[in-house]
Amino acid sequence: MDLDLSVAIKSLTLKNPLIAASGCFGYGVEYREAVNLADLGAVAVKGLFLNEREGHPPPRIIETPAGMLNAIGLQGIGVHRFVQERLPELREAGATVIVNVCGSTIDEYAEVSRVLSDAEGVGALELNISCPNIKEGGIQFGCSLGGTFDVVSAIRKVTELPIIPKLTPNVTSVASFARAAEDAGADAVSLVNTFLAMAIDVESRRPELSNVMGGLSGPAIRPIAVRMVYECRQQVKIPIIGMGGIASARDALEFIIAGANAVQVGTANFTDPFIWSKLLEGIRDYMTRHQIARIADLVGSLQLAVPEHA
Amino acid sequence: MLRDVEARVISNTRLSPDYNVIALAAPEIAEATQPGQFVMVKSARSADPLLRRPFSVFEVLRSNNRVEGLTLLSKRIGVTTKILYDAVAGDRIACLGPLGRPFEIVDPPVEAWMVAGGVGLAPFVTLAEALRPRGVRLTLFYGGRSSTDLFCLDVFEALGVRIVLATEDGSRGELGRITVPLDRELQQAAGSVQLYACGPEPMLAAVARLAAKARRRCEVSVERTMGCGMGGCYSCVVQVHGSDGKAHYVRSCTGGPVFDAGALVWE
Repeated sequence: MDLDLSVAIKSLTLKNPLIAASGCFGYGVEYREAVNLADLGAVAVKGLFLNEREGHPPPRIIETPAGMLNAIGLQGIGVHRFVQERLPELREAGATVIVNVCGSTIDEYAEVSRVLSDAEGVGALELNISCPNIKEGGIQFGCSLGGTFDVVSAIRKVTELPIIPKLTPNVTSVASFARAAEDAGADAVSLVNTFLAMAIDVESRRPELSNVMGGLSGPAIRPIAVRMVYECRQQVKIPIIGMGGIASARDALEFIIAGANAVQVGTANFTDPFIWSKLLEGIRDYMTRHQIARIADLVGSLQLAVPEHA
Repeated sequence: MLRDVEARVISNTRLSPDYNVIALAAPEIAEATQPGQFVMVKSARSADPLLRRPFSVFEVLRSNNRVEGLTLLSKRIGVTTKILYDAVAGDRIACLGPLGRPFEIVDPPVEAWMVAGGVGLAPFVTLAEALRPRGVRLTLFYGGRSSTDLFCLDVFEALGVRIVLATEDGSRGELGRITVPLDRELQQAAGSVQLYACGPEPMLAAVARLAAKARRRCEVSVERTMGCGMGGCYSCVVQVHGSDGKAHYVRSCTGGPVFDAGALVWE
């Protein structure tokens, strides 16, 4: 059976729906020994500000049941060094590159976006308005409908690249934020970023993370993330990139059936950097078994029971 | 080349109520491992714990000139080390590697002094095996709380390594910390010496200070909580002195685990 796994996000075509999640895959080049980067739908590289950032002191992670908390604090090399040092390597590897764009102010988001728009080999911009671990900017925009609208509108003015705001689950209704992003001109949305969470060492009565709070990821959050993707699917027409605890092809398919056009995998890549070919193979097997030639036909194909007449 | 192997447990030797040496059938990884490199392991049968844990490769197992696998020296502290302690022959352990920056290999007339504390003994068997055929004179400074904390001396004796011991209760070797005889010998040493250290953080800091004082080259292997071991997550950072005069966080999985002692910021 001839399978079409491609996903279109405005001008960008992914060869398959599997994307390495930002913050979980370095700048992509770290994983060249484990996976041919060109075989992935895309690589979402670690979040970039205008300048280099040190991030938080360790401890930066702690494992929790079926998941982990992180408070890395967006350590990064800044957009200029990325363009000079990492982007050529990613181009050479044939990777489709999505850059996660960070900012403390709308001007910073815009400037980072401008630099990336002028660079060769950037496929799309994922706007990080959802990192729970930094104080200024970021999640402040992602937690207010007006803020989300304003950031997306501002970036829309400075780039032709597809814009993908990454949404936080730490709000009452993610779907209304997806809608605000769509109204402001976003080409897709990705969700969910991590859940703000906390763990305490009861013996010392100290927080496990230096930053006190961190973001929860991993299989623990998957059912909530699936629900949020499903809710967003009812509210927006633009593509949705779903993520949250995906560790198998089955998990990826769950998000796609709920309404995701593509998926990102993060924490599971830590456990198994060779996961990608297994995920792709599992999705192909499923499509063959269910006689589904185009992955697009599976998106949002959830079968609800026919309601009984009262 | 990086590999992930569902390695069969060949054997598991319990050295004490805490320490064990587990042998894993991962010949491809063992063959490619350079001294100081590490592997990331987890149970191959359970998703709990979710994340792998890093271990230095302790020994490369050979039989009839063929590499059979590798061993890990482990101390039971958390869930994964308990799985490793309780494992029996035939169990499966997922083993990813080799990873990280190895030790620098030296040649005579430079002497190699290895300084180990507790489970920090782990990276020195493969280092001694690499240095010995080059004719490098080898010394192991090995410290523990008590004689029951000192293991596998026979492995180093068989490699022709001179061994200096210290225990904090004086039950074996010199009474006190291992840095006491190290300091004394550093002051007496006439020739060129390269130090290698692995163990608890205060010991590493003390060795780094002694090395700086004696103007000797020193590499340390650090241990940090790691998420991935591949450079993906930025969890395992240590502070290094930057060329701009400021301290910067560097990933210990890709920038290390072996660092030049002088490059690190010691608390």
